[in-house]
Amino acid sequence: MSVIPVSYYLALSAVLFGLGVIAFVFKRNVITVFMSIELMLNAVNLAFVAFARAHNQLDGLVFVFFVIVVAAAEAAVGLALVIMLAQNRQSLSVERMDHLKL
Amino acid sequence: MLILDHLWIILALPLAGAAINGLLGKHWPQSRVNAVAIGSVTLAFVAVVELVREFSQLAPEQIPFVGNYFTWMLASPFRVDFALAVDQLTVVMLLTVSFVGMLIHIYSTGYMAHEGGYYRFFCYLNLFMFFMLTLVMATNLIVMFVGWEGVGLCSYLLIGFWFLKKSATDAGKKAFITTRIGDFGFTVGVLLVFATFQSIDFGTIFKSLAANPVSETTLTVICILLFTGAVGKSAQLPLYVWLPDAMEGPTPVSALIHAATMVTAGVYMVARMNPLFSRAPVAMLVVAIVGAVTAFYSATIGLVQTDIKKVLAYSTVSQLGYMFLACGVGSYATGIFHLMTHAFFKGLLFLAAGSVIHAMGGEQDMMKMGGLAKKIPATYWTMLIATLAIAGIPGFAGFFSKDEILEAAHSGPNANLILWLLGVAGAGLTSFYMFRLVFLTFFGAPRYDEHHVHVHESPKNMTIPLMILAFFSIFGGWFAAPHLVGGTDYFEHFLHPVFSAYAPQPAEQAAALAENPAAEGPALGLLHAVTGWPVIVAVLGLLVAWWLYIKNPEAPKRLAKSVHGLYALLLNKYYVDEIYAALIVRPLLWISTNVLWHGVDQGLIDGIVNGSAHIARLTGSRLRELQSGNTRSYAAWVLVGVVGFTVLLLALFVTGVH
Repeated sequence: MSVIPVSYYLALSAVLFGLGVIAFVFKRNVITVFMSIELMLNAVNLAFVAFARAHNQLDGLVFVFFVIVVAAAEAAVGLALVIMLAQNRQSLSVERMDHLKL
Repeated sequence: MLILDHLWIILALPLAGAAINGLLGKHWPQSRVNAVAIGSVTLAFVAVVELVREFSQLAPEQIPFVGNYFTWMLASPFRVDFALAVDQLTVVMLLTVSFVGMLIHIYSTGYMAHEGGYYRFFCYLNLFMFFMLTLVMATNLIVMFVGWEGVGLCSYLLIGFWFLKKSATDAGKKAFITTRIGDFGFTVGVLLVFATFQSIDFGTIFKSLAANPVSETTLTVICILLFTGAVGKSAQLPLYVWLPDAMEGPTPVSALIHAATMVTAGVYMVARMNPLFSRAPVAMLVVAIVGAVTAFYSATIGLVQTDIKKVLAYSTVSQLGYMFLACGVGSYATGIFHLMTHAFFKGLLFLAAGSVIHAMGGEQDMMKMGGLAKKIPATYWTMLIATLAIAGIPGFAGFFSKDEILEAAHSGPNANLILWLLGVAGAGLTSFYMFRLVFLTFFGAPRYDEHHVHVHESPKNMTIPLMILAFFSIFGGWFAAPHLVGGTDYFEHFLHPVFSAYAPQPAEQAAALAENPAAEGPALGLLHAVTGWPVIVAVLGLLVAWWLYIKNPEAPKRLAKSVHGLYALLLNKYYVDEIYAALIVRPLLWISTNVLWHGVDQGLIDGIVNGSAHIARLTGSRLRELQSGNTRSYAAWVLVGVVGFTVLLLALFVTGVH
């Protein structure tokens, strides 16, 4: 059984990350934006796992666990923000999130 | 060896007097201010006398006696010690300055008694004494320069003493700025001395000069630069214009600073630097020419002035010219001799003029005086003695010194007949304008309103200094008297070590020659001196003044009309002030206003300051639009940053830079 070269994983990771970025910039629904962030995080996870496997080291796997934990925490806080936004603005559009200035 | 080991005492006394009066004197009664001011100067004079006694016991190899107190600046190899030194030249200067200074302090207590700012006046006067004594005791050029500038400062403060009067403050500024032009040359000269000799200490310079010859061009440049400073300080052509204006100050100031001491600092400096000047014949010639031309030139202006102090001011410029003439023809001792006798008789002339002004209630115009001889006899007699002295009438102090100067110009080692002729002509003019002053002031019918002006003799504290100075105006020159009958000139003999120690070889021979005057019999020598040209023209000047102002009082007016052009030229001082204003002051003012003020200051400097503020404001107002508050725009900027960094990293990777 032939081994899939690490570059394949990296290419897939880059494509996923690029899709996440594009979605993050162009999508208006705040929940979709959230999902694109998750997509970027998991693209990075894929790259970590691929490198860990290629170099036969555990460091990359440890990072992946951290990323998963941070992503979970971020999802919890982020969804709370989404709920507050929906309650206050009656909308889920990112365009309405324009209060980040003095 | 009390004073020799503590030379600083001589300086500390007047400085302490200035500090005490300046800080505490404001609310003191005049008597206490007097006690401090006169006390400090008198003690300084006593210290100088004690110094002279101790000095006379020194062996020749101990002279100059140096007292080194501390190192002021050290930037190896540049080293400045605060050191004082005493040699024969210093002794003469110290005695003259402290003695005349003391008398003028005493006189001032009478003259200034009714003036405001009494304590301030004496504070400045004591401060002046401090700086002047520093100047003459300095043993290197930098400490000398401290004194040099310090006396300039005091001169400025005292000329502008009545600072509510605009003409007085203007005159103070004029004096300060004009001398500063000369001081620029002096400073450059000092730097060049250091560059050439690696030292600014007199002894070191002279020794290295005697050991290793320096190129004559360098010496000439140094000497001319130093002489530029002397030209400013001692009011010679072309920088003399400040001295006549300096008469705006109180009369004792004119006597002390602008006649007896400060203005002679230039002569002292040239004499002090004699080893350099003696090796630079071109510079010597410049000194002699400037001196002789100034002596004659300002004497001609003095002929027609009507302000009693202005006449004396031009006379001072003229006499300083004689001193430079003496130095320029290589007869430094004679220059210093004239400096000393001049301090006596010119100091006396100014003080007597002050007494006249005092008697007339402030009037300075001689055309409004006349017939004062009977009313103020003490002033009259002392002023007459000083006039006889300055005119060079045999027997009086000025005769000996001026005669020696003209003799040196006529038959000394660097004799120059043209300069001698200028000097003799100047002597005749001097005699004329001085007797004109005396005749206009003291003789003839009164030309003032006798009902309003109550002429009164000055108080004792003014007349006694006059009498003491009158004594020295007669006998102060007799040190040189034996020379006339073939004996030794004691003054020159005393100063001889200073001017021969580092003299170039030929001058030493010349000095040896001068020591043994030609083999004339004593009686013949005396006759020769008394009937020489200087005396003849002096008597001629006296007679012309007598004929014009006593015998035919209407003649001067007719004469002025018949040579109107010349008269107007002299009356307006050759229009030099106007020429300077047109050539220098106004262009400078124009450049300052239009280029430096409106152009550089308002345009360039303000432009840079305001411009940078404007740019910062503009940048800020543009950048603040980035903070839209819109989350998506922030996200877009983050993306731009990430892309930018990625591109940068890729570019570095591709080009092989890690």
